[in-house]
Amino acid sequence: MNGKVLLARHAMGTKVSGEALVAKDGFSARYDLDRLAGFFSRPAHKLAGQSYVGRILVLDTAKGGVASAWMLYEMRSRGKVPLAFVFNSVNPILAQGAAFGDIAMLAGFDEDVTSAVPSGARVEIDPAAKTLRFL
Amino acid sequence: MRLNDEETAILAGDMGEVPRQALAHQVAVGDFFSAEDFVPVTQAHVMADTESLGEAGVRWLESLAEVKEGRCAVRIPTITDPRGTDFTKYRQLKQAEWMVELERRAVAALVKLGVSMTDTCINYQTVLSATRGEHVAFGDTGVVIYSNSVCGARSNFEGGPSALAAGLTGRTPRYGFHLDRHRRASVRIRVDWTPASLNDWGALGGVIGRIGGNYWAVPVVEGIERPPTSDELKHFGAAMASFGSIALYHLVGITPEAARLSDVGAEALPPHRVGRAEVQALQNAYAGDAKVDVVVFSAPQLSLFELRALADLCDGRRFTIPLLAVTSPQVKPDSDRFGYTARIEAAGGTVFSGMCFYQSYAREIAEANGWKRLATNSAKMVNILGGYGYAPVLASMEECVGAAETGRLR
Repeated sequence: MNGKVLLARHAMGTKVSGEALVAKDGFSARYDLDRLAGFFSRPAHKLAGQSYVGRILVLDTAKGGVASAWMLYEMRSRGKVPLAFVFNSVNPILAQGAAFGDIAMLAGFDEDVTSAVPSGARVEIDPAAKTLRFL
Repeated sequence: MRLNDEETAILAGDMGEVPRQALAHQVAVGDFFSAEDFVPVTQAHVMADTESLGEAGVRWLESLAEVKEGRCAVRIPTITDPRGTDFTKYRQLKQAEWMVELERRAVAALVKLGVSMTDTCINYQTVLSATRGEHVAFGDTGVVIYSNSVCGARSNFEGGPSALAAGLTGRTPRYGFHLDRHRRASVRIRVDWTPASLNDWGALGGVIGRIGGNYWAVPVVEGIERPPTSDELKHFGAAMASFGSIALYHLVGITPEAARLSDVGAEALPPHRVGRAEVQALQNAYAGDAKVDVVVFSAPQLSLFELRALADLCDGRRFTIPLLAVTSPQVKPDSDRFGYTARIEAAGGTVFSGMCFYQSYAREIAEANGWKRLATNSAKMVNILGGYGYAPVLASMEECVGAAETGRLR
């Protein structure tokens, strides 16, 4: 899979690379996370109990409330933040939060990105090129 | 994005650092969504409780408020979502002094920026509802879905930084639900049962939200047998937004953009059938233990009529566990004048003003008070509180009040 590239329709932020944490599930900073400790805390979430800190989150869609727009900035100030977000579809809140919190984001692919990327894979996110590349 | 002369000048800093920062943020978001230009907005509604902002967010607000040069205040009516506390009752919730101090700092900074501290998530019932076709920049998903769907206004979910930016610049990027093409139905729901209670309306909204499943889905619903009340649609929409991130729905023959199915382009969509069984299944997922630690009515804040109904249920009772009812600073004085507050509190309940339960350090107050099993009639709240360590139970207002008396749900 090394070198394979997925192209996104929407992108922001700067280039990063790291380990992917993947689930066919949604994301809300308020609903799903223990933001102080840095892991998924909602029991029904498919990543419940797993740390998101420093990983590239690959998820289906953004869920829930508007709080995430502030929370990503606050999480970054404490270093308890994902390295980047990759979504099949994204709502404005996560895009606004990523812009405010300076976190790279890709969204909108021709295939289901949560199926295309295995959890644990090392990937590079390049917002300028709108690409996810397997390393 | 295509910028006009004024926007180009703002981005160049000609009007000061505050509007420059605001517009730069808006351009980043607009570019992400391929917005062609900006649209003027008439109101902004800012979600800015300090559990979300944290110390970092409050410092950022304070840094904006300290700027002295250029245009330093909002230029359109800009109001706020609930605070993270009721300043008169925070000790009862066992909130820490640092939480309240952080709230005070956030309020001071927002006031310096010209923001009106309405502290409400039901501004469409209490402050000024938007009208059909009016472009606004609203935060709080419940406010957006009600304004878009019931009022026919046009807003995206605007998180706190973006809603404040809209207040400071008087505009927002033209994408999403500001555009006709995103307001057409994409999911057709045929219901064969019309809810009666607020928790049933919320649960139906939750079921439809899960079917829609993402922000860009627009459900159109057929089969509602009567015009719902504002409070019923408040719970219906808030839960739909919470469970599915939905920002707009249509009710055929009821909401303003869908007099007929064809008005929203839905004739050819295959219908999903939703009935009482699906709604009950969602409620059963939040049935839980019969023992209850605390009863909460919040999310959204209660209207005057909800408080009236609650007061009627409280008469002659004596609660053995806390019952918390949360409303807006606009409704609370009327609740006091009409005696609803006194009747609720005579039974042992408490009426809070200007806050929202789940935005008020819900995890910390659960630990401080020993609360885990929480009963509520808000489908939105049961969806949220699982992530805060609660075991929430969804029940009717009557059942919740009974639980406050006996400590158990029947």
